Amino acid sequence: MENFFDLVPLIVLIPLIGMLVNLFAGRQIGERGVAIVAVGASSLAFLIAVILWIAQVQTGYEPGVVDMPLLADWISVPSAGLRIPWEFRVDTLSVTMMLVVTGVGSLIHLYAVGYMHGDARFPRFFVYLNLFLVFMLILVTGNNFLMMFVGWEGVGLCSFLLIGFWFDKPGGEGWKNSDAARKAFIVNRVGDFGLILGMLMTFWTFGTLDYYKPGEAPLAAHHEAEAEAPVFAPQFPQEEHAEPEGPLGVFNQAQLWLDEGGHEVDFGLVTLSFETTLTIITLLFLLGATGKSAQIPLFVWLPDAMAGPTPVSALIHAATMVTAGVYMMVRSNVFYEASTTASFVVTLIGASTAIVAGFIAVGQWDIKRVLAYSTVSQLGFMVAAVGVGAYAAAMFHLVTHAFFKALLFLGSGSVIHGMEHGHHHLTDHDVEDHKHVPPHEHAPQVETERFDPQDMRNMGGLRHKMPGTYWTYIFGTLALAGIIPFAGFWSKDEILVDALRLGLDENRLDGYIAFALLLTAAAFTAFYMWRQVSMVFYGQPRTPAAEHAEESGPVMLVPLIVLAGLSLIGGFMNIPSGFPLLGRIFGEHQFTSWLEHSVVNAHAAGFLWLLATVAVLLAAGAIIAARVIYNDRALRQLTDDPLEANERTAGAFALANAKLYWDEFYFSTIVYPYQRAARWLADRLDWAFWHDFVHDRVIGSSFQWATEMLSNPIDRGIIDRAFDGLARLVHNLAARVRTIQTGYVRTYALGVAFGALLILVIALLPVLRDLLGL
Amino acid sequence: MEDISLVTVVLMLPLVGFFPLVFVRSLTDQTIRWLTLTVSIITFGASLLLLRNFDSNQAGLQMVTDWEWISAGSFTIRYFVGVDGISIWLVLLSTFIMPLAILFSFTSIKERPRLYYALLLLMEWAMIGVFIAQDLFLFYVFWEVTLVPMYFLIGIWGSEDRIYAAIKFFLYTMAGSLLMLVAILWLGNEAGTFAVPDIIAQIQSGELSFDVSTERLLFLGFAIAFAIKVPMWPLHSWLPDAHVQAPTAGSVILAGVLLKMGTYGFVRFNLPMFPEASRDFAPYIAVLAVIGIIYGAWVSYGQKDVKKLVAYSSISHLGFVMLGIFALNSAGIQGGILQMVNHGISTGGLFLLVGMLYERRHTKLMSAFGGIWAAMPLFSGISLVIVLSSMGLPGLNGFVGEFTILVGSAGSDVLSIWFTVFASLGIILAAVYMLYMFNTVYMGALDKEENRRLPDLHWQELWALIPILIMVFAIGLQAGYFFDFMDNSVSQLVEQVSGSVVATAGR
Repeated sequence: MENFFDLVPLIVLIPLIGMLVNLFAGRQIGERGVAIVAVGASSLAFLIAVILWIAQVQTGYEPGVVDMPLLADWISVPSAGLRIPWEFRVDTLSVTMMLVVTGVGSLIHLYAVGYMHGDARFPRFFVYLNLFLVFMLILVTGNNFLMMFVGWEGVGLCSFLLIGFWFDKPGGEGWKNSDAARKAFIVNRVGDFGLILGMLMTFWTFGTLDYYKPGEAPLAAHHEAEAEAPVFAPQFPQEEHAEPEGPLGVFNQAQLWLDEGGHEVDFGLVTLSFETTLTIITLLFLLGATGKSAQIPLFVWLPDAMAGPTPVSALIHAATMVTAGVYMMVRSNVFYEASTTASFVVTLIGASTAIVAGFIAVGQWDIKRVLAYSTVSQLGFMVAAVGVGAYAAAMFHLVTHAFFKALLFLGSGSVIHGMEHGHHHLTDHDVEDHKHVPPHEHAPQVETERFDPQDMRNMGGLRHKMPGTYWTYIFGTLALAGIIPFAGFWSKDEILVDALRLGLDENRLDGYIAFALLLTAAAFTAFYMWRQVSMVFYGQPRTPAAEHAEESGPVMLVPLIVLAGLSLIGGFMNIPSGFPLLGRIFGEHQFTSWLEHSVVNAHAAGFLWLLATVAVLLAAGAIIAARVIYNDRALRQLTDDPLEANERTAGAFALANAKLYWDEFYFSTIVYPYQRAARWLADRLDWAFWHDFVHDRVIGSSFQWATEMLSNPIDRGIIDRAFDGLARLVHNLAARVRTIQTGYVRTYALGVAFGALLILVIALLPVLRDLLGL
Repeated sequence: MEDISLVTVVLMLPLVGFFPLVFVRSLTDQTIRWLTLTVSIITFGASLLLLRNFDSNQAGLQMVTDWEWISAGSFTIRYFVGVDGISIWLVLLSTFIMPLAILFSFTSIKERPRLYYALLLLMEWAMIGVFIAQDLFLFYVFWEVTLVPMYFLIGIWGSEDRIYAAIKFFLYTMAGSLLMLVAILWLGNEAGTFAVPDIIAQIQSGELSFDVSTERLLFLGFAIAFAIKVPMWPLHSWLPDAHVQAPTAGSVILAGVLLKMGTYGFVRFNLPMFPEASRDFAPYIAVLAVIGIIYGAWVSYGQKDVKKLVAYSSISHLGFVMLGIFALNSAGIQGGILQMVNHGISTGGLFLLVGMLYERRHTKLMSAFGGIWAAMPLFSGISLVIVLSSMGLPGLNGFVGEFTILVGSAGSDVLSIWFTVFASLGIILAAVYMLYMFNTVYMGALDKEENRRLPDLHWQELWALIPILIMVFAIGLQAGYFFDFMDNSVSQLVEQVSGSVVATAGR
């Protein structure tokens, strides 16, 4: 079965081929051909992921390292000890990610065939989408940090391209899309800054960037084996614990040094203890993760990223790319486990992001923006999970979130699609038969120049128009809200349990903080989701467009239904121990024990009845509260949000609606000052002062004066005329003659050349004297 | 040592085209163009043979030609040429860039083609000469000769302010060169020879030694000339003028190759000949390099003219190169050398793109464009790749150079970690100005009437860009191959500078 590991390069190459075909032949093969190639490529990749999964199970979860065919080492500077190979890693963690990326990816590819139908750049869209798969799969399968970084930046590029996909929309919208794309890239670059520094430090600490060398098995921590969690101790470390030979990958080396204790790292001019080094590295990595996974302080790009087509939001900005930061931190669990300080910061950032984003989501009108902030918030859950050491729970939530958030985004896309249909229907109708349009006096934005099909105020009552979308959306919402037995319940519960455990068992403050913040965030989640469901699906249509909305076709509905199924049952892969019935049917902690083979610090959480009950009740309460506030009467006209109308909540709502002025803060403190400074540097300092004043005035004219002194009175007869020419030239330089005929130019140029020659001769005089023996 | 080596052949090939252009008056414009292109392509082909004949296990010079040129008394000036791991890629860069610049000129140069193409070939000859000369005097001659064709290229075929720019370029570089000349003469006087390997051997063996201040003076004599050429902040003031005024091919050659003469000079001469001064000055030069990285990027962002933006970005990129070199370890220097090549390819490519835009709209103001991706999809797609390569997207060429440089500077024994931290900021800032350019010019709505009907690439333009794309990916994916050629030469150099063991990872 290990031979099957050799298939792993294909999982990258197949989408690459698909991308190339569509790039060069997309126009020729037509929409159908493009769709077949793109969806085919991603499905084949999924097939390979499944084969690798089976191979993993069959081989007893042994990790494998596979070289890229055709390519030699990527970077190798032997004398510096730097060697970065193109190596793929097959282990349970990477296979998990492969399955999610290609599985959800394939469904979204399929959906996009329907969604993008008729777009002028249909082929290009699928080129980008397949390219995204290429990079995302490099990210998760690479066996060293730098390869991960290739994928990391590559997905960022695809994200940039896809956010700005409609860069040429008229009426300012194109510019908005382009700016959103650029914002995403640049904000991510800020994170990459941390990641690069972290990698540099990792390299100088370990002498390599490889996770594990080929043939090396992950070593579990010593203290971990002695302490609790006897049930799911990794199976193979014991016999292989005998000192491995040769240089080790970073994680095993780190583990050994940690077990030994007292190791120090020499960084040329400073020496740090190994623990401090790890803290710095992990914090730098965290900066990278806050960029890619949209955490405080760098989350601001994700909501704007919704400018891209909806399948992109589902695939890249919800299910896969944005989870890269979480994947990276789980991959580096050995590092994070070792640093309490870093873990504390991680927890704090994750948990506060979860609640801040959850709060902002309540005040949004745009259907996709609500989901975007919801994604930020859920990513906060995952990051916080890493912080409290719940690596398995983080991955678990990553997987389930991929299901239900992809579902919700695709559902919202279906709604938008339906609304646009309704709107088109209407405008077409308008031309022929204006009188029959029903009057909607209260509808806020109807018939103004630009109709916004994403504004939830324009929707309402779509439950009846789009039943398929509605029901799948409900599944997604319940899963996200954490209602038992939907997928989100299990994964969220596991994170909460782990956070609480950290507080209770180890008496760590960050455990309590995380628990409190996350529980509150979970309540917010249920509330804003049901607010959305009410505004979109319940009540009566508030615009003609909503009235004429149409259900999407089967190409779009089938992925919705599959994802709805996964949102329902996806959680059963990791039933906590002690849960009745279901545990017996599906097995307990299946997912965790699978993951433990590659994530050495993964551990299974127990189940706390009280906690689960409280969480579910809280969520249910929030849902009911949302429905009570957004009742049918309130939904009839929605110029104001009911929260806005209520005096006690108006302030909070305005704050959420303005996104806490986070963007404004960055603009006024960073962006505008940087722009102003750039202009000042460019125009004033570099040009007016340095270029014009210093060079032309001070140097230029004094040189002119000097040459005139030399050439005119002193030695007109002695020095060649060419020198004179030089002086005149310099004179002209200062005067900045703009228009000189070409013939003139040559004369002057020759003058300069002669002058230069002369200077040479003068300068050479001593040597000539020497040479001539004088 | 007496035979004509392949290196000499490569050097002389451009002259094979140069002389007919100068002396045969009856050539038609078309013949002139194709003759020049053919000669430059043959030169490139011959330089590829250099790669084949190069033995990367050897650290020293290869394919050497060593003839006596001028001999008088105790002095001998030699025609002494050869390549090693440090120079081979730069020779190839020169011969690679040249056909592209020529091809692009086919349509854009209509005045006085004979003179123009003759100057280009003269330029190529001198550039190759600079990178292969192993005699200080010979080096100086080539170094000065490069000025002449570039002076005329800017002065005759440039834009409005060309005279000013040409003279400034000339005088600025000349000022540095004179200092270098003094240093060369001084050094030659002391050593009794101008041959660089001999001087290095004398210095390494202790046979020739200077007191601290003399060594520093000599170091500075070379360093100032090179720093002007690079250009290092704050000696960069000639660069925007020269770049903005130069015709496209001139900018491509200037950015692609001429600037590298400065950084190359540091590696070739300053480090091995003045090791102690190099170590002493390293932090100061690195400070200027890091200032250059940030300053160049920042000022780039403040530009309205796209060509000026690219010009200032060179200051930033070459700051990285200088930082790598003065990390004084193997990773830094090799990263620096590779980054010289990368910058030549990416920025050369960017200038080609700017030239193509200018040909179409006769303006270089970014605000005149917008949304041209919709009008020129092929051009814009290729532009995107080159922009990304310049921004250092991993998998493309710019990244491997930058990353290796940063590995070097982070592990340097002479630079503190803060240099690396601030230099890495340049990675963010590069995205800021590059995407600003890309957004304003290529993205957004196609809302200007003049831009709607812009023609996409024609074949010369396409063929000028395709080799660049190939190299962008080749270096980006297989940098190991390129480092392989330099490794031995550079580790020898590092030993010479540090006088002790090569710094490696995993201490």
